[in-house]
Amino acid sequence: MSKVVITTTGETLDAPMDPRFGRAARFLVYDLDSKSFEVIDNSESLGAAHGAGISAAQSVAKTGAKVLISGNVGPKAAEVLAAGGIEMYSFNGATVAEALEAYRQGKLTKIK
Amino acid sequence: MILAIASGKGGTGKTTVAVNMARSIGNAVELLDCDVEEPNDHLFLKGTLRSSHVVTIPVPSVDGALCDNCGECGRFCEYHAIVCMGGPPLIFPEICHGCGGCAIVCPRKAIKEISHEIGVVEALDCGTVRLLQGRLKVGSMLTPMLIRSVKERAATTGTVLIDAPPGTSCPVVAAVEGAHAVALVTEPTPFGLNDLMLAVDMMRALGLPFGVVINRAGMGDNRVNDYCRAEKIPLLAEIPNDRRIAEAYSKGKLAVDILPEMRAIFLSLYQKLLALAKERP
Ligand code: SF4
Ligand code: SF4
Repeated sequence: MSKVVITTTGETLDAPMDPRFGRAARFLVYDLDSKSFEVIDNSESLGAAHGAGISAAQSVAKTGAKVLISGNVGPKAAEVLAAGGIEMYSFNGATVAEALEAYRQGKLTKIK
Repeated sequence: MILAIASGKGGTGKTTVAVNMARSIGNAVELLDCDVEEPNDHLFLKGTLRSSHVVTIPVPSVDGALCDNCGECGRFCEYHAIVCMGGPPLIFPEICHGCGGCAIVCPRKAIKEISHEIGVVEALDCGTVRLLQGRLKVGSMLTPMLIRSVKERAATTGTVLIDAPPGTSCPVVAAVEGAHAVALVTEPTPFGLNDLMLAVDMMRALGLPFGVVINRAGMGDNRVNDYCRAEKIPLLAEIPNDRRIAEAYSKGKLAVDILPEMRAIFLSLYQKLLALAKERP
């Protein structure tokens, strides 16, 4: 089971990435083995006055994914993701599909 | 009597009204600077610091020897201030609300509470004005809590003026709740009117008696006056758009010290607020 989470504003692989993490609209959870995906919404974090990044990191952890691709991950969220053993990669612009392709080709920069 | 000065957004002259009114009243008055993220009344009143009180909340601290990483504390905390990712809990004191719930739910009694500073409340003597100001620690999110602790330290008799933070969110509610009357400061521009309308909605929702102060009157149009008339909102004062007032402000001086004739405007504002407060059923 290897899953990758990508922050997105849409609901398909062609949808644009969302450069925000804590305040991202949705998460697309892509399963690299079965090549299928599901989209989960981030409304719980969006509704939080504070700690949106932490709450989003918990949602990502719940999907079982060990890889996250987003634009910008704040320090608190990064601490939570790291504690959950989730690798973070940064990728700006473009679509979810392109982010996945760049990840497969090992072209993404890891967020420490 | 508690009188608050608020505005739908920053930069409308709320500070000018608060400090000049405080100085004009003359006999012992207490001014509470509740704009705790950026208190600036002291820049104009220039007093001597009398006391400083650190405000803390209890935040969790986990004893690693007792904790078995069960995750109960993280599941309980709705603020995500304690988070369990399988290993030892991660704690984020800046967003903790100090409710103590995590310590109660911990089955291993592994959580004890330690003090975490959210800010300070300072008392300054500024001649006839006693200034109480809150200063929120950078990074703390507990603005309303610090505002409440400023207010808890206020005098229980005499005149208390509250300089509320700008806007219409929770910190403003924390600052104006309990006031007997509120002055909403605005500018006579379309933007000013828009922010004023939001502030008016808030006052009505809170059920507080209020009126409007137009700052820099004459610089814009009459829309604010027309709106107040249509909505039957009392106009409490109009502060002229005099560049000497702006100059005084930019030098950290009080307009009423430089232009003594201005005192009448602020005294009349004070009287009208008192009258508003007394009208209340
Ligand atoms: S004290 Fe309350 S807010 Fe703070 S971490 Fe514990 S449960 Fe969360
Ligand atoms: S509830 Fe207590 S024992 Fe369980 S993870 Fe939290 S601190 Fe550790």
